[in-house]
Amino acid sequence: MDRFLYVSMSGAKETLRAQTANNHNLANASPTGFRADMSAFQTRAVAGSGYASRAYATNSTTGWDSTQGALVSTGRDLDVGINGSGWIAVMGKDGREAYTRAGDLRVDPTGMLMTGAGHQVMGEGGPISVPPNTSLSIGGDGTISVIPLGQGPETTSTVGRIKLVNPPDAEMTRGEDGLFRSTSGTDVPADASVRLATGSLETSNVNVADAMVNMIELSRRFDLQVKAMKTAEDNAAASAQLLRSSG
Amino acid sequence: MNPALWAAKTGLDAQQTRMSVTSNNLANVSTTGFKKGRAVFEDLLYQNVRQVGGSTSQDTMAPTGLSLGTGVRIVATEKSFTQGNLQQTGNSMDMAINGRGFFQVLLPDGTMGYTRDGDFEINAQGELVTQGSGFRVQPGIQIPDGVQSVTVGKDGVVTVQVAGQSAPTQIGSLQLVDFINPSGLQPRGENLYSESAASGSPQTGTPGLNGLGYIEQGSLEASNVNVVEELVTMIEAQRAYEMNSKAISTTDQMLAFLTQQL
Repeated sequence: MDRFLYVSMSGAKETLRAQTANNHNLANASPTGFRADMSAFQTRAVAGSGYASRAYATNSTTGWDSTQGALVSTGRDLDVGINGSGWIAVMGKDGREAYTRAGDLRVDPTGMLMTGAGHQVMGEGGPISVPPNTSLSIGGDGTISVIPLGQGPETTSTVGRIKLVNPPDAEMTRGEDGLFRSTSGTDVPADASVRLATGSLETSNVNVADAMVNMIELSRRFDLQVKAMKTAEDNAAASAQLLRSSG
Repeated sequence: MNPALWAAKTGLDAQQTRMSVTSNNLANVSTTGFKKGRAVFEDLLYQNVRQVGGSTSQDTMAPTGLSLGTGVRIVATEKSFTQGNLQQTGNSMDMAINGRGFFQVLLPDGTMGYTRDGDFEINAQGELVTQGSGFRVQPGIQIPDGVQSVTVGKDGVVTVQVAGQSAPTQIGSLQLVDFINPSGLQPRGENLYSESAASGSPQTGTPGLNGLGYIEQGSLEASNVNVVEELVTMIEAQRAYEMNSKAISTTDQMLAFLTQQL
C-alpha cells in the first residue's frame, strides 16, 4: 500500500492530540489563574528511499499563553490577583519552589498561608505563617499585615511578604502537577515590581472563542486526513482491481 | 477512548458541580446566618507524551515536547465567612453576631454544633433552643417562669426582669467560639457546622473580647449570598458547560467520520 497512508495517519493522530490539548483548555475556562496551553504542528521529514517528499506532522507543546486574565473583584481579604506579569511562589509537593498565578489563598489550622489547591505560599524567608487575627490585609506588593486577635488597630503588624517573582516567560515551564517551575531548576529571585490586586482573583486566560474556532479547524483538518486515508485505500483497491482484470 | 473526550468530560463534571454550589447559594438567599460557598477549580495532571529536551542525537536535543493536560477538577468548596447584613426584628430571642464567632449548640449525639443563626426560641422547659430542631444553646440558659422581659447584653450576659422585683436578675451568659480557619468547618445542614481537622479546635470566649464579635439582641444576620454575583456565575457555568459539551460532540464527530470512511 502506498506510504502516503502513513503520512495521512500521522496527521490524523496528531490532530486528535491537538484536539485533546484544546479540550483541556476549554475544560479549564474556570480555574483561577490558569494559563492556556499552546501547541503547534511541526514537520518531520521521513528518511528513507526515494525522493524526500514525505514529512510526518508532530504536535508539540510550544508553551503557555502569557496574556493577562480578567481580574474579578471578590472582596475577600485573602484573594489576590496579579496585575500584570509575575508569579506567586509556592512550595511544590517535591519541596522545591514552584510558581502559580492562582491567588485564592487561605490559612490552614496550623496558621500556614496556603493556596486554594493546598500549596504553602512562600515568603521571602520560607513559608508564611499567619498568627490568629481579627483582620488581615495584603498590600499591593505582597506585604501581609494583621491585627492580632483581641488587639486594637494600633497593634497592626507585618507578618511577612509573599514572594513574587517575574522571570522572563521563556524561563517558565509547566510541570505535570500544573505548577510552573523555572527551566534552569533554580529558585527565581523575588521581584519588587510585581503588583497584586487584593480582593480580586484572576480568571483563567483561556480565550473560549478562540478555542471553539480552533476546535472546528482541528475537526475539519482531521476529516481531510481521514479523507486522504480513504483515497489511499481507494487507490490500493483500484490497482488491485487492475492487476486482477489484466491477469 | 480518546483523551480528548475525557478532558472535555471533566469540564462538564466540574461545571455541573459549580452549578450545584451556585444553586445551593441561591436557594439559601433568605436563610438566616447562611454563608455562601465557592467552588475552587484546579487543572488536572499533565501527561508527558514527548519529553522536552530529550536527546535527538548525541549533541542535539528536542527544543519542544508534548505534554497533554487531562482536564479540570473541583478541589474544594470553600465557605466565605464574610459578615451578612444585620436585620432588625425586635424579637428579644433573636440574636446576631456582629463580627467573628459562632454560637454553640448541643447536638443529640452529645457533640457540639456551631452556628451563626441566632434565631432562638424558648422550649417547654424554659431553655434557649434553636428554632428548627430545638437543640439547646450552650452554655445552657434557663429562663424562669413569669419574667416580663429578657435582655441579652452585647457581651452575652442574659438578665431577666421578674414581675414584682425592681432590679433585673442575671441568669447566665452566652459565650461564643472562634476557629482559626472557619472555612475549614464541616457544614452539616440546619445552619450548623462541626469542627474538623482543618478548622482547628474551638476557642471559647466572651463576646467582644479576643477578637470575638458582639451579640446584637433583636437582630438577625441575613445570608451573605450576593444574588447578582451568583447569577453571573450561573451564566458563566452554563456557557462553559455548553462549550465543553460542544467539544465532546465535535470529537465524537471526528471519530464517527473516521469509522464511516475507513
